[in-house]
Amino acid sequence: MRACGVGDTGDREHQGEQLLLALVADLDSGFAELVRAHERVVYSVALRLSSRPTDAEDLAAEAFLRAYRALRGYDAERIASLRLRPWLLTILRNAARNAARDAARRPAPPPGFEPAEQLTCGPSVEHSVEEQVEQHDLGRQLGAVLAQLPEAQRLAVVLRHVVGLPTSEVAEVLGCPDGTAKSHISRGLHRLRALLTEQPSDGLIAGRTVR
Amino acid sequence: MMGNDLDSITGALADLTAPAAPGLADRIFGSWLAAPSRLGAAFVAFTGAGVQFVRSAESVRGDAGAFAEAYRDRFGRPLRPADRAPAGLLGALRGTSAASLQLDLRGLSDFERDVLTATSRIPAGQTRPYGWVAREAGRPRAVRAVGTVLARNPVPLLVPCHRVVRADGLLGDYMFGSAHKEQLLRAEQGNVDEVAALARQGVHFVGSDTTGVVCFPTCPHARRITLAHRHGFRTVGAALVSGYRPCRYCRPAAEVIPAHPDAGSDR
Repeated sequence: MRACGVGDTGDREHQGEQLLLALVADLDSGFAELVRAHERVVYSVALRLSSRPTDAEDLAAEAFLRAYRALRGYDAERIASLRLRPWLLTILRNAARNAARDAARRPAPPPGFEPAEQLTCGPSVEHSVEEQVEQHDLGRQLGAVLAQLPEAQRLAVVLRHVVGLPTSEVAEVLGCPDGTAKSHISRGLHRLRALLTEQPSDGLIAGRTVR
Repeated sequence: MMGNDLDSITGALADLTAPAAPGLADRIFGSWLAAPSRLGAAFVAFTGAGVQFVRSAESVRGDAGAFAEAYRDRFGRPLRPADRAPAGLLGALRGTSAASLQLDLRGLSDFERDVLTATSRIPAGQTRPYGWVAREAGRPRAVRAVGTVLARNPVPLLVPCHRVVRADGLLGDYMFGSAHKEQLLRAEQGNVDEVAALARQGVHFVGSDTTGVVCFPTCPHARRITLAHRHGFRTVGAALVSGYRPCRYCRPAAEVIPAHPDAGSDR
């Protein structure tokens, strides 16, 4: 589906090289291009690693700032050798882990604090339900059950199937061999299917525990 | 329930791709511009949360690149040129009004923020010693630390660190040079010469024998005491012994006045 076909790989690599050259030439304006080129992927993954959309924006911004601070310390050769997308997503993963750790140290918010929207895909859900019941229902349930996967499986599935990374990049972000990444993806998908099957659609949201 | 085969699950997963978050780049980049200020041209950097960094062009020899590099070193954030100035900035740089201006003081320690907040309460044309700021910031013994914080003030002019002076009546250092400190205070109608003359006589506080109130010599209540009723003191303690009480407006002493009389109204 979203997996990169052979045709666009060359294009993407070319774009990636241009971007690396821009970063070497002028870090700040190159970084503006980097954000434009990668914000959608980074934010899409951040959304699946966060419980609230505002947390996802914070997380994505934090990841880009960490990337910028790292780039400032790199010489031209090191920048030129970066594989930007998996590098950015690895930073995002680490930032998400730090955020989760910090959140665990803080006392839980009061019960009324979490808006109900967090369990759905967005504010427009209610209006689009009529038009696309089936597709939307599945997407909305998926968003919820994805959160129940173990971290490595969730990240593997999101990287491979939400943002369409090739398995080799998934492995790079997870920091594991390709074979292990493949098995995380496959186990994650089967786990998703099991979760979707075992839970009736209207019991799903009520039964989900807020982490 | 629909779509429980793996293909429809992967299809639905692909639809979870989000559009880019609007305004994400605004949360990553700082914006910069050059604007006229009371010290000539100034470079200013700001985020969506407010103004972060101000330096006179003179202090970086007019080099916008040097300003940008100092910003990046300090804040670890990329910069891009601003389309327009945030609300209230231009007036605040000219010294006409700072009412609507937002400052972005994230990344500073609580103490640094408290020092800047206390400093921002000093009215135009008046001065307070470093020890006064330390006390108002809740750390009365951290006098030298206040000097260190103000020497690194990220937003001079907007937080008027030029109004913080030495306890002995000398104006003391300023990040853009003490000549500019004096120039700014004179432009605010500060009684710079009078304060210096009093200090030479060992007078650092002024009281009125009609009200029985003792003030800093730059306090408007001190400046309007007529010569016949004006009494000078070396210390607040000496004034207290003579039956004076510290002014509630300029708060020259800690003993009788709580450190945070109105923490809610910073400006």
